[in-house]
Amino acid sequence: MNILEFTSLLFGMSILAGLLGALTGLGGGVVIVPALVLLFKVDIRYAIGASLVSVIATSSGAAVAYVREGLSNIRIGMFLEVATTAGALLGAYLTTKVSGHWIAIVFGIVLLYSAYASFTKEPEGLSTFRPNLLATRLKLNGSYTDSIAQGRYYAQNMPLGFGIMFGAGTLSGLLGIGSGAVKVLAMDHAMKLPFKVSTTTSNFMIGVTAAASAGIYLFRGYIDPGIAMPVMLGVLVGSLVGARILVRSRVTSLKVLFSLVIVALGVEMIYSGLRGRI
Amino acid sequence: MTPITDKQLESAIADMLRFGVVLAAIVVFVGGGMYLHHPSIAQPDYSHFHATAAPLRTVAGVLRGVLHLDAKSVIQLGILILIATPVARVVFCIIGFSRQRDGLYIGVSVAVLIILTYSLFRGGR
Repeated sequence: MNILEFTSLLFGMSILAGLLGALTGLGGGVVIVPALVLLFKVDIRYAIGASLVSVIATSSGAAVAYVREGLSNIRIGMFLEVATTAGALLGAYLTTKVSGHWIAIVFGIVLLYSAYASFTKEPEGLSTFRPNLLATRLKLNGSYTDSIAQGRYYAQNMPLGFGIMFGAGTLSGLLGIGSGAVKVLAMDHAMKLPFKVSTTTSNFMIGVTAAASAGIYLFRGYIDPGIAMPVMLGVLVGSLVGARILVRSRVTSLKVLFSLVIVALGVEMIYSGLRGRI
Repeated sequence: MTPITDKQLESAIADMLRFGVVLAAIVVFVGGGMYLHHPSIAQPDYSHFHATAAPLRTVAGVLRGVLHLDAKSVIQLGILILIATPVARVVFCIIGFSRQRDGLYIGVSVAVLIILTYSLFRGGR
């Protein structure tokens, strides 16, 4: 294959991955890495390098829309970024110590969890929680308005949330993904923040988290221009188109189909990792 | 200086993020065009990892390559701009929190910036 054919195929696949990532809400990274590894037979380190670059592009692009909505909380985001960026350093360090088989197996497990998590209901509204001393000291609160509720919220269980965020950062650095599903787990379940605040703040944090491991990836030679160029541009195009489709229609049946694709990729990653083929 | 509201800070951040992503995408696109100028070159072997060429792994090396109009270096420059975008966002927040005289969050943002700077300049070693 010459570089024109290879670049065109990668570009087309990345558009699909960006589309899928936007429609399932999982981000392009979770599809890019298995597709590069399983279909294009690219070494997993080049795959996570290219994927991480596309993650920074899509999260920064999407943050523009979320910030306008005014639901993301910059203070909570910035505070938790201390944990995710520190975790990302650890994750990027681990990629040099852990073999490709293990990275593939962990990746498969995260894919299966993400597919499951994308089906949790998106509740609107506000759970009432009393102001909590630590949260008030750290100014981890905010006001919230949607179609059915209005009021103030306060972050709960800060130490647990901070710990899960460190884990989310480590996974992001190890696998080259945004690990949005784990970030939402920390904010929604542990810290009891309103669901929309969790998802938008999580997206806001993904870019900074990814930047912490991207520097290390670049210096270690994981980011190859010949792969990263079509992947970054393709995922960006795909996710922009995906966001437009989401605004225009409700796509429950598409979402089911895509989640099945993600489950299949997850199983295949685990199987290939166990057989030592990755 | 007048203190700015969270809302103003957020919209300044949104504009900055959009600028960074668009600029990075344009540079990568231009580099991609240069890279495909000789389209019949065989695809390199990516099935085994052997790290990219040393000049593509440092900021100085990439900038030198750009001066020589090396296509891969131009793509890498776009990627560096993209990586710098979230870092610039943290710097923006530090400025914003300073104008609000929010000492706690100036400290938190500086901590994030130190971790990012460490990874960008020391992470490869």
